[in-house]
Amino acid sequence: MIKINQIVKKYGKVTALDGISFELQSGKIFAIAGPNGSGKSTLVKIILGLVKNDSGEIYINEEKLNSHYQYRKNIGYLPQIGRYPENLTVKEVISMIKDIGDEDESYESDLIDEFDLKEHFDKEVRTLSGGTKQKLGIILAFMFKKQLLILDEPTSGLDPISAGKLKKLIKHRNSQGSTVLLISHIMSEVEELADEIIYFLNGRISFRESVSNLILKTGGKNLENSIALFIKNGLNQ
Amino acid sequence: MFLKLFKYSIRDVARSKWLIFYGLFFFLLTEFLIWFSSDISRAIVSLLNVIIIIIPLVSIIFGTIYTYNSREFVELLLSQPISRASLYDSIYLGLSLPLVASFLIGTGTPLLIQTSIDPQILLIIMISGCALSFIFVGISFAMALSFDDKVKGMGFAFIIWLGLSVIYDALILLFVWLFGDYPLETALILLSSANPIDLSRIMVMLKFDVAALMGYTGAIFQRFFGGLTGIIYSLGLLLAWILILYYFGKRKFKNKNF
Repeated sequence: MIKINQIVKKYGKVTALDGISFELQSGKIFAIAGPNGSGKSTLVKIILGLVKNDSGEIYINEEKLNSHYQYRKNIGYLPQIGRYPENLTVKEVISMIKDIGDEDESYESDLIDEFDLKEHFDKEVRTLSGGTKQKLGIILAFMFKKQLLILDEPTSGLDPISAGKLKKLIKHRNSQGSTVLLISHIMSEVEELADEIIYFLNGRISFRESVSNLILKTGGKNLENSIALFIKNGLNQ
Repeated sequence: MFLKLFKYSIRDVARSKWLIFYGLFFFLLTEFLIWFSSDISRAIVSLLNVIIIIIPLVSIIFGTIYTYNSREFVELLLSQPISRASLYDSIYLGLSLPLVASFLIGTGTPLLIQTSIDPQILLIIMISGCALSFIFVGISFAMALSFDDKVKGMGFAFIIWLGLSVIYDALILLFVWLFGDYPLETALILLSSANPIDLSRIMVMLKFDVAALMGYTGAIFQRFFGGLTGIIYSLGLLLAWILILYYFGKRKFKNKNF
């Protein structure tokens, strides 16, 4: 589905990504984790075309990305901090993305009910709370069925009930064939959702392992503990 | 795709209260000048003097604030199947057209209804106001896209405004005072041509054809080009300013890391 080959990105003297290569197969949930500043968001932004890489290539469905934009039709993206045109209403933002997406099937009305957004429909975006904005982001990212979902800290700012609903939604879309790339600091969330974890450290991949294997091999209590053990000792094998 | 984006972009900007105040300001200012000036020519000259300061200032402030605030929105749209070029166009026009419209309505309505202003003069004033709006929105875009730091971007944009609207004229005067013994016509025409605010002022004054109101550079333009050629020359240069800034901003936008 996605092949990433020797991606390098520097911001001035700081190297954000230092020759990252990996492949993601279709239909799985992958989590990218790592400390702040390890290059996770930069990589996602390069995949989306928001940031230009210095060297290396990315292929999506065997097609090399250059400056074209149509490939993004296959990607749903939930940014870490969703900010939307302040003077438009929730309804208008949703219809704008629907209008741009221009696909036959869309699921916004189910999602609006699911995340109780109906009561905010005619409010302007600037009057919304952080959590409600995040819900709006969820509607926009999940409105269409996409081959690839890129979710950057998806549950941040959400109440526990909505976070639960979102996790269910992610699993549901994955079961319908969407590949999910999840960036998260919350290890319990990664443990619950992801099949594999790719751990970034200083712009390089520190390790890549299936979540269950990692816990098994390190003998940790849970994923968070396993990662700590791994960074300290490596794998016990 | 451009039209779809433009529709939402303009709807967002058009609801901003700033824009209503901006239009209202021009309306009240024009009304005030019409009522309290003894004749229309004086009112127009005063109006022009305010227009060439206020339009660049407001366009720069509004433009930089809007560009920095819409950054996440741009990120959202760029993650959609949209080309950067059409997104840039929709944001640029979505911001400058409402500013232009506020100015046109605010200033144009009282002038048209309450005065017997020469339509050609009205047209030239309106054109200079519009050109200044496009140019300074262009400058604000260029600055906001060049500096990720809001304070730096706004600071530079403000310095450019201050430079072009105040310091530039002072430097020209200093230049004339220092080199008054030499033939300065060509040099002064070149200097004024490089400043869109000067160009707009001179263009209106040339149409007015009142030498006393023209100022030093205006009189030189009059002598060098004559009225009509001077107006066409200024108009051409203003257009060049608009296009250069538009393309500069577009290039920055296309290569920017968001």
